[in-house]
Amino acid sequence: MELKKLFLKADNELESSSNKIFTRKIICKKCDSKISVSKIRKNYFICPECGHYFSVRARRRILMLTDKRSFIEMDAELQSRNVIEFPGYEEKLSAAKEKSRENEGVICGTATIWGRKTGIFSMDANFMMGSMGAVVGEKITRLFEYATENKLPVIGITVSGGARMQEGMISLMQMSKVSAAVKRHSNAGNLYIVLLTNPTTGGVDASFAMQADITLAEPGARVGFAGPRIVEKITNQPLPKGFQKAESVLECGFIDEIVPREVQMDYLGKLLELHGEKDGCL
Amino acid sequence: MDAYEIVKAARDEGRKTSVDYINEIVEDFMEFHGDRLHGDDKAIIAGIGRVGKFPVTVIGVEKGKNTQDRITHNFGSAKPEGYRKALRLMKQAEKFHRPVICFVDTAGAFCDVASEENGQGRAIADNLFEMSDLKTPILSIVIGEGGSGGALALSHSDRIWMMEDAYFSVVSPESCANILWKTTEKAPEAAAALSLTAKKLYKLGIIDKICSKGDQKGNKEEIEKELDKLMNTELTDLLEARYRKFRTIGY
Repeated sequence: MELKKLFLKADNELESSSNKIFTRKIICKKCDSKISVSKIRKNYFICPECGHYFSVRARRRILMLTDKRSFIEMDAELQSRNVIEFPGYEEKLSAAKEKSRENEGVICGTATIWGRKTGIFSMDANFMMGSMGAVVGEKITRLFEYATENKLPVIGITVSGGARMQEGMISLMQMSKVSAAVKRHSNAGNLYIVLLTNPTTGGVDASFAMQADITLAEPGARVGFAGPRIVEKITNQPLPKGFQKAESVLECGFIDEIVPREVQMDYLGKLLELHGEKDGCL
Repeated sequence: MDAYEIVKAARDEGRKTSVDYINEIVEDFMEFHGDRLHGDDKAIIAGIGRVGKFPVTVIGVEKGKNTQDRITHNFGSAKPEGYRKALRLMKQAEKFHRPVICFVDTAGAFCDVASEENGQGRAIADNLFEMSDLKTPILSIVIGEGGSGGALALSHSDRIWMMEDAYFSVVSPESCANILWKTTEKAPEAAAALSLTAKKLYKLGIIDKICSKGDQKGNKEEIEKELDKLMNTELTDLLEARYRKFRTIGY
């Protein structure tokens, strides 16, 4: 029963949004071309004119990277509370929910890629810049615990400004919480692949974004710990060309491969295959 | 003291630094250098010594005492090689099964171009990853500033203690005020909102003990007692308790 509902949700999302904006045109920030949404969508959310990568919503990411109708969401109902009574946090949360049409900044569950089952989490930049509070930490931790128990790999798609300051130290401690769950998953011999997308920074960069067995990134994604403005202020010099861009982070030795969107699903499928995960469409 | 006064006290230049705590609490301290990968970061002082009957590994973020000294220690902002030195010595402590004591006092991890290019995020992530099941007890004491990820990288521990006038925060009150209200002048309000004092963090269950700042003899005794307790805990129980400690934060 529950599974059926979740399937419906995944499909509805795609359909309802396509009805609304299918014919709309948007302007590429980079090259100013006017392109129809349907064209962009068919082109993996890449500008057909200049190759600019539009940001992709968490739920759509999962649809783009996994077998059709294979995604089963977990812990979708978890919602943040204002534990430390931070001024204005409730309003921020409601606005984020409205903007993203999600309960929180990460979507977790299981899916198959090329018929191979995997745990998957996908962060959403539209929910308070993908910041990590207690619920984001909890959902990702639960996913890793579930994957450990069920001997599943985990694929993580990150986009985040870091820890969510409105939750104070509770959010910082999520870095530790998730890291410990990733470690147990790893100790049990399970595979963890991360796909860094634009931007992956702060406390997420300094924890589970940098703890995978295989670290992939999208072309041009910003990957780094401190924000560029802070770095510029500290060094008092213009930043080097390509600073914190995935391509230069790879040159520094922290990324395994830059994987363009068109081939991401196949790339992940091949990695799962090479790690010998058993077929298992539930 | 209100929250922002505590932040200011924690930053006070006349305040005790890790070197003082090591002198007062650790006998026969011998400092070791280098991360064996890149260099030696003076923002982190580390080595071995003895507390009571236990040989210990000690790691401290050092801010320095005077201007020259502070420059040498980079004002207590560690680079990736500093966190890697700390991790190297923690792994060594694991090998010889001696407890690790971390003195935490940093405004944050250093964020210049070189630190970014040398993987600051990865260095912190590695520490959290490895400390989460380091097979020896870890006790961290925030003695002054607990600045975000840079402080957390030495605080994934069995026990987190704080001096009564120290702070531990996800973000500096100034940055927080600047982001939310576009002015650093509202830092006191931000400090109050962030729940960053020892008292508030104790109430939230994030830290385990508030230490009195004047009583170093008492603190030393408490540390000895705690090490005794931790060293007499079965390793599997110790690691499970460490996992639960962080697992239960927030939800």
